[in-house]
Amino acid sequence: MAAVKETVEAVAELERYKHGFTSDIEQEFAPKGLNADIVRFISEKKGEPEWMLEWRLAAFERWQAMEEPTWASVRYEPVDYQDLHYYAAPKKKAGPKSLDEVDPELLAVYEKLGIPLKEQEVLAGVQGAPRVAVDAVFDSVSVVTTFKAELARAGVIFMPISEALREYPELVRQYLGSVVPVSDNYFAALNSAVFSDGSFVYVPPGVRCPMELSTYFRINASQTGQFERTLIIADKGSYVSYLEGCTAPMRDENQLHAAVVELVALDDAEIKYSTVQNWYPGDAEGRGGIYNFVTKRADCRGDRSKVSWTQVETGSAVTWKYPSCLLKGEESSGEFYSIAITNGRQQADTGTKMVHLGKNSRSRIIAKAVSAGKSDSTYRGLVSVHPKATGVRNFTQCDSLLIGKDCGSHTIPYIEARNGSAHLEHEATTTRLSEDQLFYAQQRGLSEEEAVALLVNGFVRDVLQELPMEFAVEAQKLVAISLEGSVG
Amino acid sequence: MLKINNLHVSVGDKPILKGLTLDVPAGEVHAIMGPNGAGKSTLGYALSGRPGYEAAEGAVSWNGEDLLALDPAERAAKGVFLSFQYPIEIPGVPALTFVRTALNAQRRARGEEEVSAPNFLKLVRAAATRLKMDFDMLKRPLNVGFSGGEKKRMEILQMALLEPSLLILDETDSGLDIDALRIVADGVNALRSPERSMLVITHYQRLLDYIKPDRVHVLAAGRIVASGGPELAHQLEAEGYDKYLPAAA
Repeated sequence: MAAVKETVEAVAELERYKHGFTSDIEQEFAPKGLNADIVRFISEKKGEPEWMLEWRLAAFERWQAMEEPTWASVRYEPVDYQDLHYYAAPKKKAGPKSLDEVDPELLAVYEKLGIPLKEQEVLAGVQGAPRVAVDAVFDSVSVVTTFKAELARAGVIFMPISEALREYPELVRQYLGSVVPVSDNYFAALNSAVFSDGSFVYVPPGVRCPMELSTYFRINASQTGQFERTLIIADKGSYVSYLEGCTAPMRDENQLHAAVVELVALDDAEIKYSTVQNWYPGDAEGRGGIYNFVTKRADCRGDRSKVSWTQVETGSAVTWKYPSCLLKGEESSGEFYSIAITNGRQQADTGTKMVHLGKNSRSRIIAKAVSAGKSDSTYRGLVSVHPKATGVRNFTQCDSLLIGKDCGSHTIPYIEARNGSAHLEHEATTTRLSEDQLFYAQQRGLSEEEAVALLVNGFVRDVLQELPMEFAVEAQKLVAISLEGSVG
Repeated sequence: MLKINNLHVSVGDKPILKGLTLDVPAGEVHAIMGPNGAGKSTLGYALSGRPGYEAAEGAVSWNGEDLLALDPAERAAKGVFLSFQYPIEIPGVPALTFVRTALNAQRRARGEEEVSAPNFLKLVRAAATRLKMDFDMLKRPLNVGFSGGEKKRMEILQMALLEPSLLILDETDSGLDIDALRIVADGVNALRSPERSMLVITHYQRLLDYIKPDRVHVLAAGRIVASGGPELAHQLEAEGYDKYLPAAA
């Protein structure tokens, strides 16, 4: 049911957007700036229960008392938090009238990704395209229908979190903020105060979610704001695979994206969370790109629970994120597979935290960083073993590949073992893209760019293999596109 | 027909080829023999367009086309294939993926249709059987952990699949035992045809027992200093390169 409702809402939302240009748009958008009234405005717009408003206001209060952190090895222009819209801001400007007015470079990228023309219009924000967006949604009507029927039969709840707050308030209330507390960090507090939407998933005990939660949401995702909130709960013995993100490069005017993702895995449950992030990285000088400051954390609170994060990060001007696992359950297990590709002037400080609290908990980290142009990439990871956690095992592998002379790559592992029985392994390599390999591939007929793409795809293969099939193919193309012009 | 005229190539500041002139007509196999450091590998790199091995002077044409004006991939699409003395390892890229990507890149460059996956697999299976290669090996990353002999066979397999018209074999016999040498040579001989030209670069006469050359050239100090029939190779085997070295000094 959720899917249909979501579709209908999406249509309505788009209609509003379309008419928003001619009618009184002021009512659609919150004024710039952030104060308690804005928080109330957002909560009211969403029709939230009273407790949710209180929760947001408490978060806002905490945020005001916090300082923006500076420890990451990224540099960016300070964000003026009073100069941002916190509600529906991105839709303010009129879009291009047709694809002819869209940056040809952007279209070329869509073309390469094999995105159908109509979907291209939607992504580029062409006026009148909302109609197309609906079509695009209905293009995959079979998906939606199967999806709806199958998910309902399985009892899986999958809907926007704003809708879940109205339909399943108790469920949301029980888990929201239980993994990433309101006061966890500066950006999490900000997100808690002003998040606009995101998705909510609940998989009942013993249920194996019958499909990847992805295709449908992908289109929907372009409508969510800059502060997304995702909450996924896998009840005992259940399994779900969730694919996040837009694999097409959205031209987005938001400077700051501060999302929060919370995962909860109960006994014997498994969550597989895959991300392909390809936001606008800015121009050659890094201007205008996205700041992607995300808090993602999984709570493996059940025994034998398992969470696997897989991420392919190729976009954004500045990426600052550490999808983490709190391994509380006995024999719980956490995995982190990451590809971070930076080009131009992009900066990425990313990695993971594996906090071992449960006995015999295990974790595995495979991080691949590819740096090109004048970009800079840092892997920052924590493996921590609690004094009472016996029999813990961890394996960490960090590989960096440098393309060209002006990029940087750093690996900063933090290891805290407070229990002598822990087995922790760490391997790290840094290599430069070899001229021998490049020439060899070119001699066999590959152009320089094809050769780079092939070699880099080989370098990141271990991680690509962790992605669901359809995503892996797109990710592979993305690797090639994001490195164009990185050599020669 | 390959025509090399007065080719000069420096690597870094060091002149290696100093006015090399050589013609290889279509359908012929020419052996290039010479002492270490004579410039044999440099010749292979210069013909295939390796960066850092550009011609300072001279001309190279292949079937009337100016080879030196093309980048390595363009040369490959025109039929130039260099079998490497030390084939390169490509981690994470299965051999099958690598060869198929290369074949289709060449076909696209020539305006031909790409080969479908099933057809490609058929071609590979047939070629692998001829070269007595284990098909499962081709699913592994290209050359990673392959023995010296396996790497050389892999080169010949790629050659068989890419069907080049100008074949340059750089020390293909090095690292091969007698059995492997015979298999590799059979693979090369199978590609002999009236349209193809081959340059067989070798240090030893041994390979030429299996791949019979039409002509043998001695490369010393960056130039061809002697040319003859197959008997020249035997003579070199008996007498060594000494008599060509003073000319080099």
